[in-house]
Amino acid sequence: MPQIVVENLAKTYQVPIRRPGLWGAFTGIAKRSYRQVDALDNISFSIDEGELVGYIGPNGAGKSTTIKIISGILNPDSGRCEIDGRVPWEDRVAHVSQIGVVFGQRTQMWWDLPVIESFDLLRDIYRVDTTEYLKTKDELVERLEIGDLLNVPVRLLSLGQRMRCDLVAALLHRPSILFLDEPTVGLDSVSKLIFREFIREINKERGLSVILTTHDMDDIEALCKRVMVIGKGQILSDGPLSALRNQISPERLLIVDFETEISQLEGIQAAVLENDGHRARLSFNPNQISASELIAQVSALHPVRDLFVENPPIEETIARLYTENKL
Amino acid sequence: MSGYRALISARFRTLLQYRSAAIAGFTTQVFFGLIFVLIFEAFFESSSLPQPMSYPEVVTYIWLGQAFIMMLPWNVDRDLQALIRSGGVSYELLRPMDLYTAWFSRAVALRTAPVALRAFPLLLITALFFDLTAPESPAAAMAFVVTMIGAIILSCAITNFISISMMWTVSGDGIASFAPAIVMMFSGMIVPIPFFPDWIQTIIRILPFSGLVDTPYRLYLGHLPASDLGFLFAHQIIWSFAFILLGRWMLNRGLRRMTVQGG
Repeated sequence: MPQIVVENLAKTYQVPIRRPGLWGAFTGIAKRSYRQVDALDNISFSIDEGELVGYIGPNGAGKSTTIKIISGILNPDSGRCEIDGRVPWEDRVAHVSQIGVVFGQRTQMWWDLPVIESFDLLRDIYRVDTTEYLKTKDELVERLEIGDLLNVPVRLLSLGQRMRCDLVAALLHRPSILFLDEPTVGLDSVSKLIFREFIREINKERGLSVILTTHDMDDIEALCKRVMVIGKGQILSDGPLSALRNQISPERLLIVDFETEISQLEGIQAAVLENDGHRARLSFNPNQISASELIAQVSALHPVRDLFVENPPIEETIARLYTENKL
Repeated sequence: MSGYRALISARFRTLLQYRSAAIAGFTTQVFFGLIFVLIFEAFFESSSLPQPMSYPEVVTYIWLGQAFIMMLPWNVDRDLQALIRSGGVSYELLRPMDLYTAWFSRAVALRTAPVALRAFPLLLITALFFDLTAPESPAAAMAFVVTMIGAIILSCAITNFISISMMWTVSGDGIASFAPAIVMMFSGMIVPIPFFPDWIQTIIRILPFSGLVDTPYRLYLGHLPASDLGFLFAHQIIWSFAFILLGRWMLNRGLRRMTVQGG
């Protein structure tokens, strides 16, 4: 029984058009004209409890719209959605009590209050039992090492500190689902690693379902076994990252450093992308020839000093997916 | 503690920190109060006709007005204005609260915290040095307290209404520019209502704004008999209800509109 069920969700926005120029401004006051933007075009997916799913797509693809609908703050035009047995936008208050959200671009805390007061305020708003709250809060504060920040007003925190506090804030009421919307935007490497470590652990330990929306493919690679790709309001791909890679860019790279200079590479079952004499980049399809076979072929040609095998960068794979679908 | 009470408390405490604003405000209010007093002094001296209120009554009225001025719906909630402008309103719905009530809670803090900082010092100074008189009778004092509560509720309802209207004007400057003028004029802050021509007074008494200033202060003075309390308090509450219902309706429309237009 999946925890999140989405079936044929559709949403169209009416965006007001403003005719350019002065005349346009005047006529705009009298009569508004609109154009339709199909944000979601009958998308469907389901997510089981405890899954850690990545949700990616180019800008304007419909990611935010999807997140807003399944968090209950937006009504779809048609379609069905059920989360933990509830319809999000119909049972908004009950539903949002069970979810936590972290936005990379904005904070859920109160700007001019010390962090701890934001936490206490959230405890009251979410009606968390005091003993439970203290236990959860202490645990999270220690986990994310924000003990020193509790008395600092939110507006004085650095981005990395704020993100850690936002994570705690989102989890104080022990939600069953966590939405992360571009959480690592602008973070330094250390903060990103802390963040990924924490999400990984909390997903594993508590069985907390996590939906991660991001443009950072390293986050996806580090955390998500399953990735959903949305483009132009439609789900283009839904499954393991490895399957996506295999589908879009199955080829892998073999980079070889030769002992001595070599001018030509022939008779190998691989495409030569680059060869400057000392180092060659070869692209091969593992379905046609295995890595070890290709290595044997290359070594037979010429003495090899070093080599490594790589997947094409995930960014390239995703970019290719977008362009192939004319996104 | 309920979420709404916690919101009020947190916001109240934040606003209490604005001490330099309070000191500056205090000075401004004393200054303005004196100007008004002088104007009325000149008015009373130049006229030999009987006036609807006596000079000492007007003086107390003016000082009460200045002491409690921050309670009036004269400005917009800047944070809400920024929130609406940035399109972040829909994210407020992620909290398990009724949005109207949450914003009303903000308004309660906004209309009580600044007053709390300024009112007591002002009342003290004006009582000692500027002829602020005590309430006319215990009944008058009680009527004053009850209608002050009514005035705060009414002010919050109007404030929330103004905040919600910003979802249409987006910049917030539209209503925010003429609301203070209307409130000041028709509440009796600039000129006590008994001094208006009779036909204007009839209109003003129906409007909600007299409940903000005219009602509590003239009850304090005994200029309005304490027996009128029931009627006057009902007037405040009925108008509060009207603004609350209208505000709730507008908020629902506004949220739907924002989501329809990709907010």
